[in-house]
Amino acid sequence: VMAVVHTVLTGYTVRPFWLMEVLQVTILGLVAAGATAVVFTRNPTRQVIFLSIYGMLLAILFMAFQAPDVTLSELTVGAVILPLLLLLVLAKVSGQKVSGQEVSGQQVSGQQVRGQGE
Amino acid sequence: MTPRQRRWVFLAVAGAFLAFYLWGLVGLPGFGDYPGPYGDIVNAIAVAQTHATGVVSAVNFEYRGFDTLGEEFILFIAATGVATALRHLREEQDDPAVDAAKDRQAPATSDAIRMVTLAFTGPTLVVGWYLASHAQTSPSGGFQGGVVLATAFVLVYLAGQFLAFKRLSPIHFTDSVEAIAAGSFAAVGVAALGLGAAYLANVLPLGSSPGAVNSSGTIALISFFVGVEVAAAFVLIVGELLEQTLIIREGAR
Repeated sequence: VMAVVHTVLTGYTVRPFWLMEVLQVTILGLVAAGATAVVFTRNPTRQVIFLSIYGMLLAILFMAFQAPDVTLSELTVGAVILPLLLLLVLAKVSGQKVSGQEVSGQQVSGQQVRGQGE
Repeated sequence: MTPRQRRWVFLAVAGAFLAFYLWGLVGLPGFGDYPGPYGDIVNAIAVAQTHATGVVSAVNFEYRGFDTLGEEFILFIAATGVATALRHLREEQDDPAVDAAKDRQAPATSDAIRMVTLAFTGPTLVVGWYLASHAQTSPSGGFQGGVVLATAFVLVYLAGQFLAFKRLSPIHFTDSVEAIAAGSFAAVGVAALGLGAAYLANVLPLGSSPGAVNSSGTIALISFFVGVEVAAAFVLIVGELLEQTLIIREGAR
């Protein structure tokens, strides 16, 4: 593992502009942390918020790796539209009746969506 | 199987995966290494050939325009699917929304949210329009622009103006706009056939200076149609879901 890490790091130091490399390594770490946070969040609503933040991190990652087109796509789809649609779906699902009974405390109003499982 | 045995099975499998993963890592090309010829070729010829300085757009809407057509119709079909799944069936009846906690007061949209969202609506529209119409000059394009345009409509809703949102995007109108824009993309390709060129060939004048807004022929046109299609599709999906989900807040107009 250390050998692989070393190869990656020496690969980075080929170019003189090391500040960019620091940013890239940092954002790679943040993306890994963000993905883990999304996976380990149990409450769906909170998970959607983490997913949105994760989308934002990915967008910054693409920017740091000089892909502005992909950055725009990720920003609009990953950070905005996907979380928005998921929130709407959560709101719809949590307002539904389950076997004739209203799910208690899951009523939804406007943007105040309460997650299930809390 | 006892938990102890299970742990050993897990460790063995995880170890095997780790070995495979590391083996794969060792075989990866170096960081930033680009072996393929296509990117270099496109970089060398695209600007001269298409007069589009947004080379990614040149690839998206010209070199692989046919793939993009397919991708656009994926979104079109997805929006159609949502609209179909959420439509009113003949035997379906609307129940009036009943609040489970009747004594709970949903707070009205605060003035701060209302002001910020309304203040951002205009700029968002402009940015979306700019992105959708400048694919040929800079990193942008119809997909991104269309999503940003749709966001402007969502901002109107967030400002507590659900009825304004519905007035701005009546479902039949949004539906038609989406279909017409999606069809226009395909029609641009058919027009090229009519002029004796290949499907989706760039038959429009390319403009004199690469990077100008009026340059790049069909690339700008297709990007614009894609922008309208994507915006309409997302407004439609969000509108349908809101319609189904929403309890209109007290005080919302």
